[in-house]
Amino acid sequence: MLHPTSHPWTGGQSLADHLEETGVSRREFVGFCSSFAAILGLGSTGAAQIAAALQTQKRPTVIWIQLQECTGCVESVIRTAEPTIGDLVLDLVSLDYSHTLMAASGQAAEKALADSMKANAGAYLLVVTGSVPLAENGIYTTIGGRTAKEILEESSRGAAAIIAVGACAHWGSVQAARPNPTGAVGVRDVIRDKPVINIAGCPPIADVVTATVVHFLTFGRLPAMDAEGRPRFAYGARIHDQCPKRANFDAGQFVEAFDDEAARKGWCLYKVGCKGPATFSPCPIFQWNTRTSWPIGAGHPCIGCTEPQFWDTMSPFYERMPDVGGFGIERNIDLLGAALAVGALGGVAAHAAMTGVHQMRQKKVARELPVLPDQPKGPAGGEG
Amino acid sequence: MAATRVVVDPITRIEGHLRIEAQSENGKISNAWASSTQFRGIETIMQGRDPRDAWAFVQRICGVCTVVHAVASCRAVEDALDIRIPPNANTIRNLVHGMQYIQDHVIHFYHLHALDWVDVVSALQADPAGTSRLAASLSPWPNNSATWFREVQERVKKFVGSGQLGIFTNGYWGHPAYKLPPEANLMAVAHYLEALDWQRDVIRLHTVFGGKNPHPNFLVGGMACAINLEDTGTINAERLTDVSDMIRRAARFVEQVYYPDLLAIASFYKDWAAIGGGTRNYLACGEFPEGGDIREVDRLYFPRGIILDNNLSRVHPYDPMKVKEYITSSWYEYPEGDASGLHPWEGETRPKYTGPPTPWSYLQDEKKYTWMKAPRYDGMAMQVGPLSRALVAYASGHEDMRAAVGEVLGKLGVGPAALFSTLGRTAARGIETVLLARRMTAWYDDLITRIKSGDTRTFSGDAWKPESWKPTSQGYGFLDAPRGALGHWVQIQNGKISRYQCVVPSTWNCSPRDGQGVPGPYEAALMDNHPLLNPEQPIEILRTIHSFDPCMSCGVHVLDAEGNLVTQVKVQ
Repeated sequence: MLHPTSHPWTGGQSLADHLEETGVSRREFVGFCSSFAAILGLGSTGAAQIAAALQTQKRPTVIWIQLQECTGCVESVIRTAEPTIGDLVLDLVSLDYSHTLMAASGQAAEKALADSMKANAGAYLLVVTGSVPLAENGIYTTIGGRTAKEILEESSRGAAAIIAVGACAHWGSVQAARPNPTGAVGVRDVIRDKPVINIAGCPPIADVVTATVVHFLTFGRLPAMDAEGRPRFAYGARIHDQCPKRANFDAGQFVEAFDDEAARKGWCLYKVGCKGPATFSPCPIFQWNTRTSWPIGAGHPCIGCTEPQFWDTMSPFYERMPDVGGFGIERNIDLLGAALAVGALGGVAAHAAMTGVHQMRQKKVARELPVLPDQPKGPAGGEG
Repeated sequence: MAATRVVVDPITRIEGHLRIEAQSENGKISNAWASSTQFRGIETIMQGRDPRDAWAFVQRICGVCTVVHAVASCRAVEDALDIRIPPNANTIRNLVHGMQYIQDHVIHFYHLHALDWVDVVSALQADPAGTSRLAASLSPWPNNSATWFREVQERVKKFVGSGQLGIFTNGYWGHPAYKLPPEANLMAVAHYLEALDWQRDVIRLHTVFGGKNPHPNFLVGGMACAINLEDTGTINAERLTDVSDMIRRAARFVEQVYYPDLLAIASFYKDWAAIGGGTRNYLACGEFPEGGDIREVDRLYFPRGIILDNNLSRVHPYDPMKVKEYITSSWYEYPEGDASGLHPWEGETRPKYTGPPTPWSYLQDEKKYTWMKAPRYDGMAMQVGPLSRALVAYASGHEDMRAAVGEVLGKLGVGPAALFSTLGRTAARGIETVLLARRMTAWYDDLITRIKSGDTRTFSGDAWKPESWKPTSQGYGFLDAPRGALGHWVQIQNGKISRYQCVVPSTWNCSPRDGQGVPGPYEAALMDNHPLLNPEQPIEILRTIHSFDPCMSCGVHVLDAEGNLVTQVKVQ
């Protein structure tokens, strides 16, 4: 596959010019832009826009702060294939702050952050991984003697937009599972005056993160989001509606126990607890690690990790989703999936919720979603 | 001259949040404190959960060590429920964990540790033809041409010339502690970039068996990936061929790039074989069950044992009941008071922050200064990790380890005492990577042989249903992770987790002072003949801290914030 693999460009020279100089033809460059456009679902006009945007003369600044987290989201992004992490860091952006990768430590690192925020005020893209612990005045995560909340607030001030990568930055994830001992919350619970997009998942697929970055660099704004703040190009469809095992589900061909005869035929994992019917995720389409496989493809049920509160709402993970058996099974789990999508909204206005559902319905994926009652909360009564 | 106070926070190129404080006098470190500044409380969250779900929760303790907590958890629950997993599942777990080691150690060397030894800016001065000659003298790796190194150099040159230094901003370039000639620096920079591409490829082994990486899926009782050579949606010949190719490519990179680079770089830094030894006790719990079942502890590829006081003539047995955790210097309280130590079966953790209000200037004047507890073995501080495994195996007469260690010592022209050092920890990591890269092939062959014989089982479901469980049970799961000895302790009551406790590699290594004032391994290493030329550019501190490969999210955990345990099971 093609990507602009080597050679950063210098001031006064556009990326396309530079690539041409180093042997990558204009045609190949456009091909690279097209592959991005395909990931983003933008078509040929999108490819042209991406090409135009990438022909800037200064690499856009990205500042990446890591708060209360496990670093799994960073590891995931390092596995990105289009572009590779080397291309991203050397060619496409200027990653001015990243605990995992940067050479400097301590004061020298903090100075790099302060200098970059000042020099690029109002223009940089802020990437956040990890949650913000609010209990006990934020003492459960500090960097350089300051709390995660202070650091997030300060670095948000000059950001053009914020990409919250992973379940922790989205809503708190595992440390926010009951009883949430540290009072962990997501970025949107702290920062309310900036555009924030949630790249959901524990961790998310790398290519979704990099595609969102490229979208922002190209169009100067974040991609369209669902009511959960997730980019629709990636989270617009339920796993259940895109699943290659859907035919087995429809035919009543289920794995009853792991490694049984049905498992050895690769049948549907619904009865061993699969949460695909309630999960909006790009997993079946994008797949994982250069499209090698994905959780259901490797025989394990989906645990719903792109949905808020999944540690509590989707567990026990091996228990089949409720209200099953015989005729009507699909209707029930479809209702539940839609309800979770809406119920997870929390304080967001009902209007936005209905818009989101309306969009989902318009999308007419493999199967039509049920019409929800005209009220703020779905029939499942919220995320609980 | 009065001691200078030094603070390095954040320590970058590690997992998680670590603060190092030190005092330096006349170019040497006289005192040091390691402080972990993140706490999440995952063990509290485990209570009342289904034990079959536990692996997924505790896996999220760390996304770098993405395999280790999940497997340790499965082992603990399988111990509690007396589940024997099929040999295929055991082998697949070895392959997955083995690739975790290999990938993690290579990433550590190039992307987390190398910039402590490699001056990126100096690489611009290199003669690419000279780099090519150097590289070809070390290894048959195909990307050894002058053309290739020139291309990399041009890339870096333009990057630096752009004035936007990105992740290399404010690095300690030109510091006199950098000793490599420009040609060697250029070789390392080229391999830094190649390793980024390599790691993305070989880690796909996790995706084949576990569906994704980071955080692949596991299963209490075995593995969820069914084997069927005749189906498209299972582990079949196409998937197995992919795995075998990845194992081959992983081994090739390790043998032809990582290992030669390690030796070449180490040869310029032999003074670091007398720096940063610190704690003189080493613990390995052992790893890679080759007898088909984890209970056969005498059939682990890396053996278990204890080395005391740097004495390689005797290996002491490891007894998990001798582990206790102390909180004298940690932001917790115990009902029995700060002097007491608790075994994980009865361990208790109540966070109680007593430090200064943020923002801090210094923590070194505080009695308590970290979220890390202090595990001690029979009252003693212990190093864990690659060096501990290497020493225990070497002293146990492990053939592969003796040969590999002997080769490295011979090539560097140093004796075994050189291992007790910052350089020793970094070298041991490379040595075990070489051994594992070779061993993976044997495990893969085992799997194929068993499939050929008709055994494709990957899961034991006898004790899957909670109705079959005893009302109360408890289990211990151990695993020697890339960063060292790991233990999970689980107690189950009426089908739910009543207690969960982990003692983690970075807790051992980053532990603070205990009640006797004995420092933890990071601290002790920084106080052992340790230079610090310029406190504004603490590159020497980074070398020693990175030699441990810190993983802070792993290290900090809590059992019970409010003392509201469902049950207290005392074990003597």
